[in-house]
Amino acid sequence: MTTDPRTAGGRALFAAALPVAAMALFVLAAWYAGAVWLNAPQAADALTRAGAEWSFADLVRQTLAMKRPILPTPDQVAVDLHQSLTGYPVTHIRNLLYHTGVTAGSALTGFAMGVVLGVALAAGIVQVRTLEASLLPWVIASQTIPILAIAPMIVVILGNLGFTGLLPKAVISMYLCFFPITIGMVKGLRSADPLTLDLMRTYSAGTARTFLLLRLPASLPFLFASLKVAIAASVVGAIVGELPTGGQAGLGARLLSGSYYGQTVQIWSALVMSALLSVGLVLLVGLAERALVRGPGATR
Amino acid sequence: MNQETTMARQMLRPMAPWPLVMLVAPVLPVATGGGGALAWTQSPVALAGLLLTLAAILLRRAAPSALAEAGLLLAGVAAAYAVPLLLLGRGLVPGAGLWVYLAGATLLLGRVLRLLADADGAARLAGPALFGLALVLLWEILTRGLGVPAILLPPPGAILAAFATHAAELWDDFGQTVLTSVVRGYLMGCGAGFAVAILADRVPFLARGLLPLGNLASAIPVVGIAPIMVMWFGFDWQSKAAVIVVMTFFPMMINTLAGLRGAERIQLDLMRSYGAGYWRTLLLLRLPCALPFLFNGLKINSTLALIGAIVAEFFGTPVVGMGFRISTEVARMNLDVVWATIAVAALTGSALYGALALAERRVTAWHPSFRKR
Repeated sequence: MTTDPRTAGGRALFAAALPVAAMALFVLAAWYAGAVWLNAPQAADALTRAGAEWSFADLVRQTLAMKRPILPTPDQVAVDLHQSLTGYPVTHIRNLLYHTGVTAGSALTGFAMGVVLGVALAAGIVQVRTLEASLLPWVIASQTIPILAIAPMIVVILGNLGFTGLLPKAVISMYLCFFPITIGMVKGLRSADPLTLDLMRTYSAGTARTFLLLRLPASLPFLFASLKVAIAASVVGAIVGELPTGGQAGLGARLLSGSYYGQTVQIWSALVMSALLSVGLVLLVGLAERALVRGPGATR
Repeated sequence: MNQETTMARQMLRPMAPWPLVMLVAPVLPVATGGGGALAWTQSPVALAGLLLTLAAILLRRAAPSALAEAGLLLAGVAAAYAVPLLLLGRGLVPGAGLWVYLAGATLLLGRVLRLLADADGAARLAGPALFGLALVLLWEILTRGLGVPAILLPPPGAILAAFATHAAELWDDFGQTVLTSVVRGYLMGCGAGFAVAILADRVPFLARGLLPLGNLASAIPVVGIAPIMVMWFGFDWQSKAAVIVVMTFFPMMINTLAGLRGAERIQLDLMRSYGAGYWRTLLLLRLPCALPFLFNGLKINSTLALIGAIVAEFFGTPVVGMGFRISTEVARMNLDVVWATIAVAALTGSALYGALALAERRVTAWHPSFRKR
């Protein structure tokens, strides 16, 4: 991989990167412009209260360096992130990595539970006709329900039962996760070539053996496509699950406490961290896919 | 294929013996209440139900068709589900015998569903409906029969009652959240996504820049911007609509872009040979071709919009709205009202999705995915 635009590969990369870079620059510029525009009334107030005459340049400078801006600038967010990540030990409550770890823990637990549930449901649906006809429509209907709306209630209910901390959030993540996995796996488990299915039959392989040796490997590409969707959903579930816990730990709690106390920079830092977490997890699933899915199935 | 299904049907004929577990039931007490354990002979209703179910099992061989057998067995199952409800209504607590009877009947329902799964036409649709109905009834019987605390899970009957007593509140919440916030945000978000996609389709540079951004946005928990939007746009519907716009924009844009690329070369060439310009080609060929993708985006967004509005309401609302209702009633432990609100949300989500699916069927009946196989 080279970025030298003279080589063919480099040129292709350059051609792909240019629009993205332009778009990123545009977003940055719009962000700064938005910060000036949204913070201007507050900044003008502050300057007028200070008493001295002020020019437009003063106003712009003031809008970009407010303590509690309506829209913080990217550099303010970056500075806050840097301070939080390097200024405190990792286990400290003011270090965002600690909160990211809490969120990632419940997201991954829920993800694991969702994978088990999703694959089990898919296996049942593929193997048992009754389940296909009567359960599959409800699996689909379950997703037209705004699940996240139930999130705070699940947390409160499980909290009353003595389950606090990780489990309630993981349950929400699980609920969001299992659907894409079930749908993807049903498709994947059915994707085995009829010819190879017949071959397994001539070997007099039973249902279980055919499932393990043929259907499961054939479903892997579909499974991983679903896993990428599911893991992003599990992060959303964990964050929303943290909202009603009253701001103890986790990125969702940072969002909530930031909104209570008007700490906009804190909200934005938490948002950036959650985006990084989610993108990172999706990339990890992609890496696992590369390592695990080989052979003819991978190209399908 | 046809031969195979008849074979499957023949193989199905002998019934698995598991539902006959209910033969054990008569030796166990049917219920307790008042003066201690109640035997089956002391409760004519329960005895009649059990005999009816057993008769259905015995007579099933006489049924002329699989469908008739399903109907017969279903009557037996219905009797088994009615008995506990009747006994609970009299203030009795179900005993071991009744639970065994219910378990046997539920296994019998499995057989009914299986028969219906092999049928075709309207009977096939009855399967999922019966499954859902049975789930709700089991929920009612189990929560009341086992004395599950209402804080944990209220029975559906209590939720229904909350529906009736809080109808005015629930309607106000629905109006605030769905009719005001969701509808406006959804229209704005989907409209913007669609418009930008048309623009990006004309300007490939824009598309190449926006698509990676859209993919990134699909991995980001967008709902996290809710507190920011509430801070910017205030507590009323504007902030909810803003969250929905941000959440729905990219799915709509990505789907529209993908759909606009769906027209085939040969079709485009035909339009060209007719001398059709860009707009005419767009309107008459490319947008109709993109319809399945557009509907896909609209369907995904219908659920996202509801989620966005409700979650944004957790961060601040005027004192009305479904998110507000859920968070305050949870705090006051009025779980039946919370569940009623969730039922409203679920019904709304399903109705939106269903309406879009129906419209899709109407508008894209020509598409291969709807043709009869």
